[in-house]
Amino acid sequence: MDYVVLLKQVPDLAEELEIDADGTGLDREWLSFVASEWDEYALEEALLLRDQGHGGTVTCLALGVETGDVDELLATCLARGADRVIKVGSFEAPPDSHTAAAAFADALAHVHYDLILTGVQAIDDLDGQVGPLLATRLDLPHVSVVTHIALAHHHTTVTVHQEYAGGIVAEFEATLPAVLGVQTSRETPRYAPVSRIRQLMKTATIEAMAGGGGAGSGLVIEAMAIPETGSTAEMISGNPQAIAERIAAILSERGIGTAVAR
Amino acid sequence: MSRDLPIIKVDQTFELAQAVVDGVDISGHWNRMFSDRSVTEYPTEAMDWVTSLDGGESLRDCYQCGKCVPVCPVNHVGDYGPRKLNAKVLRGNNLLDDPDLWLCTTCGNCYRVCPKEVNPLRIMPAIREQAVLEGKVPDELSEAFRNLQKSGNPHGHSPRKRADWIAGADVPVPLISELGRPVDVLWYVSDYTSYHARGQDAARAMARILTALEVDFAILGNEERSDADSARLAGETGLFEMLAEKNIESFRKYEFKRLVVMDPHAYNAFRNFYPKLGWEGEVLHYTQFLAPLIDRIEFRSRVELDVTYHDPCYLGRNNDEFDAPRRLLEAIPGVRLTEMPHNKANGYCCGGGGGGMWLDGFVADHVSERLSERRVREAVATVGADGTGVLSVACPYEPSRFEDAVKSTGNDGRIVVRDIVELIDQAMQPPAH
Repeated sequence: MDYVVLLKQVPDLAEELEIDADGTGLDREWLSFVASEWDEYALEEALLLRDQGHGGTVTCLALGVETGDVDELLATCLARGADRVIKVGSFEAPPDSHTAAAAFADALAHVHYDLILTGVQAIDDLDGQVGPLLATRLDLPHVSVVTHIALAHHHTTVTVHQEYAGGIVAEFEATLPAVLGVQTSRETPRYAPVSRIRQLMKTATIEAMAGGGGAGSGLVIEAMAIPETGSTAEMISGNPQAIAERIAAILSERGIGTAVAR
Repeated sequence: MSRDLPIIKVDQTFELAQAVVDGVDISGHWNRMFSDRSVTEYPTEAMDWVTSLDGGESLRDCYQCGKCVPVCPVNHVGDYGPRKLNAKVLRGNNLLDDPDLWLCTTCGNCYRVCPKEVNPLRIMPAIREQAVLEGKVPDELSEAFRNLQKSGNPHGHSPRKRADWIAGADVPVPLISELGRPVDVLWYVSDYTSYHARGQDAARAMARILTALEVDFAILGNEERSDADSARLAGETGLFEMLAEKNIESFRKYEFKRLVVMDPHAYNAFRNFYPKLGWEGEVLHYTQFLAPLIDRIEFRSRVELDVTYHDPCYLGRNNDEFDAPRRLLEAIPGVRLTEMPHNKANGYCCGGGGGGMWLDGFVADHVSERLSERRVREAVATVGADGTGVLSVACPYEPSRFEDAVKSTGNDGRIVVRDIVELIDQAMQPPAH
């Protein structure tokens, strides 16, 4: 079983985000980047499947984007236990999902895979389309927002769960090879020691493959803005007693039950 | 002395089976000193491996005298002992899968007494780094590493909230980025002082003291990252370096005369390890900064407290500062200072160092009680349990550790834990009545 995981970096929300001069994107110059959380879940699932008796290899692919540090992202994949990492194409800025899917499809013409996993979406565009678009290009089955990935023993199918509102779970079976958009992993993504990442940054082989060509999504971001802070929220501060008294006063003002701060 | 006696060959040494000099028989038993020691019959791979690591070299020098055993705080509560590390490695155990690897708090008391200068402060991080590289890290510790990596603090709180404690300080606490000019003191607030509720109490007290002393100071605010010295001692060298690079970048961005730190671990890192990473400057623990200024503080009340002082391992024993904290305490009106039996260079470790802060559950399986609990009992025995006793501290790890221990040892209400700056701040306030 050969697994392919598609990953990318997204802006680190620990830092202040600023809108660029054009007002259509984030000012990326001062941003720091981290691996997209959902992509980390996809990698963790691939590593768990490989190590829990199914064997095979885990290959990680990321687009060669100039913002952020794709080498560090891929070295981190190796530190977590991936077998092989490949940087695909060359992009000044993170491309749209159509272009990304086209680039990954180009590279995957040269990589063997049984199961392709990627994060179901990422916080920087909330698009969630790379999985479906890639599956379309490779003519593979695809399921999004999946959990509980399990392989059949003969390795010809994969079963996954989708969780719906109201506690309802659907189970899907897809014929391999397939593409999955991963919602979460069974376990917290394993810690990648910084010591190991730094060692690998110096010693590891990061392969490069061509890929891309402007597929284009046809979508244009016209304006981006930081939501204005509304004036309706009241921040209650003070000691616990004062806070409790204020909450009790608000509740009684609105006639909600009888609240007394004690 | 006759030459026709049988000669026994032992390795390269020749010894007479019987020797008589001037009529006195001085024959020794041939195998006592000159034969191979039985210990070489054990596999040498583990010792060769440990001593090949940068920092692991001195483990081989141990000659099993055992002076380290009674001074090791962990030995008091369990089977662990520094000498056993050497014995285990001699028997082929490379410690990578041995719980002992994580029990050492790197307090350094064994190194202090070791006649052979076997140094676990270097040995343990060296072996632990190999465990970290192999992913053999206890889960709790991994969690702290992950938080440090993602958020720059071991708690996993947002770095943007690092200066939120300012709100309750009642005095202005300037951010150096907003000040736009050089300052005398860049105050490095530290992790627990910034985020932990009891640490924040100390931060606010310190802010009031600096203001009262009219010190020209500022803080880094959101630009401050963990010193991560304990992560370094727990083997995550890369993480330490990554965060050091960020701090050094911030230190270089601004002009200041000296760095004043709350946390002895930060003091140790900035003073002893940042120079190797390219930053050098004057670093003072807050007790060292305040001690020469204490006469300028206007005390308005007497505290009337029986106080004992816990020497932090990384201020006292490992960085030789014993006097500054005591000078501060003795200057506070109404403080009656009494030493615990384990004090100064022989101070007892709280258990939080070297990663111990984030290994509580792991360590619990191997010890009869926490080191912090043992220390609290010692403090109670020293200053009494009538409620006027104070265990004073100068490390931000301590208030939470010792206050938990006060509760778990049933001493709630019988002794309190206070940072020295909290006591100074208390005596600066007008009398309560």
